[in-house]
Amino acid sequence: MTRWAMIADLRRCVGCQTCTAACRQANATPPGVQWRRVVDLEVGEYPDVKRAFVPVGCMHCEDPPCMHVCPSTATRKRADGIVTIDYDLCIGCAYCAVACPYQARFKVDRQEFAYGGSTEDERENLHPDRIGVATKCTFCVDRIDAGLARGLTPGVDPEATPACVNSCIAKALHFGDAENPASNVSQLLAENQFFRMHEELGTGPGFYYLWDRRP
Amino acid sequence: MRWLQRHWDARAAANFTFGGAGSGLLVCSVLLQEPYAVALGLTLMAAGLGAVWLEIGRKLRAANVFFNPFTSWMSRESLAAVAVFACGLSFLVFREAVLLYGAALAAAAFLWCQARMLHAAKGIPAWRAPQTVPLIVATGLAEGTSLALLFSADTAVLAAFALAVAARFLAWRRYRAAVASEALEAPGKALVWIGTVAALALFLLTPLAGLAALATGWWLKLALVTRASLNQGFSLPHLPVRGAR
Repeated sequence: MTRWAMIADLRRCVGCQTCTAACRQANATPPGVQWRRVVDLEVGEYPDVKRAFVPVGCMHCEDPPCMHVCPSTATRKRADGIVTIDYDLCIGCAYCAVACPYQARFKVDRQEFAYGGSTEDERENLHPDRIGVATKCTFCVDRIDAGLARGLTPGVDPEATPACVNSCIAKALHFGDAENPASNVSQLLAENQFFRMHEELGTGPGFYYLWDRRP
Repeated sequence: MRWLQRHWDARAAANFTFGGAGSGLLVCSVLLQEPYAVALGLTLMAAGLGAVWLEIGRKLRAANVFFNPFTSWMSRESLAAVAVFACGLSFLVFREAVLLYGAALAAAAFLWCQARMLHAAKGIPAWRAPQTVPLIVATGLAEGTSLALLFSADTAVLAAFALAVAARFLAWRRYRAAVASEALEAPGKALVWIGTVAALALFLLTPLAGLAALATGWWLKLALVTRASLNQGFSLPHLPVRGAR
């Protein structure tokens, strides 16, 4: 069984937001909508303060609260762990957005453009189906599916890998099959200490954060 | 690092204020046996559901809300609402007691679903606390009995009002002990001193007592939905050990 998962190596992330820009370009998200964000966290109290850059987005949870609360069944989870939204079913109630502990979901009620009027690129990449409904990171599911159909390996072959991972300048982001012991992500998880965001909530995120080598 | 959610605003809160009071009044209608009370309860619930309909992004697809009764409390709430209106409107036409009991039962289910709906929102600590469920149920019943005072001041209704207001006070104290929220300070104080102490002291001036209990309950729920709704935020259980790789 495949379980697609993403890894962010917090030791490597420099907070450059290239992943955010790459995601916005690849998915043509409107202003204010960032399916992949990098949060700049300050930890501790003055003068003992440390700073960490933390890539966040949809965690593609094992037990997604957004799916359970969704009244229209628009939010579903595929067998490979990717949580999807059917834009044709979603009613835009935003219940999923308040149920998500990771602030991963967005809803825009009208078409907006970055500079007032639309640019040629924005006109070419309009998504009217995404107006008034919930949207979020898809793990670039179209690239994954198309890549798999061509015999490529997501996480290894760039054409089958999420745009944010491809763009990362520090090689902080990784993607792969967590169920395959030979995969890149399984090896990274075996070699390093990691945590998942808000593990205590029992959502089982498919997004891992590396923070140190294994002793 | 937490932010206030902006997805559910006063329109969504109206479903909890009007819907809670309306369903509470319908539950209390068993004591009243009064068609006008049923009509008012249905009107309030319709107003609440109408307000939340104005908030959804795809209004013409609203019927999709019924698709997931297996896990979604919003779907269940909608189905309960259908039962409330079916029984309630039928009662107004046929005046059969069994229809009134059916409406009251469905209204109780509606109120329960509302409470569970907030509790299921894992992203908002102030909502997901288990103490939210008794708080929402008790506020709905207190508001419903407050409105019931408009129709009758007999002993059973007065007793129901006093009990519901006291239960709401206890539910609020339990909630307050578990959840810290600055946004609920003022409405919480109003609920205790005006909505509980003054309301019970004004017991014999029933319309005033009812108004005090109703207004403070609505204020509290409005604040709970729109101002106390800070999301979970992000936190790091471990800081990255730089230079290790």
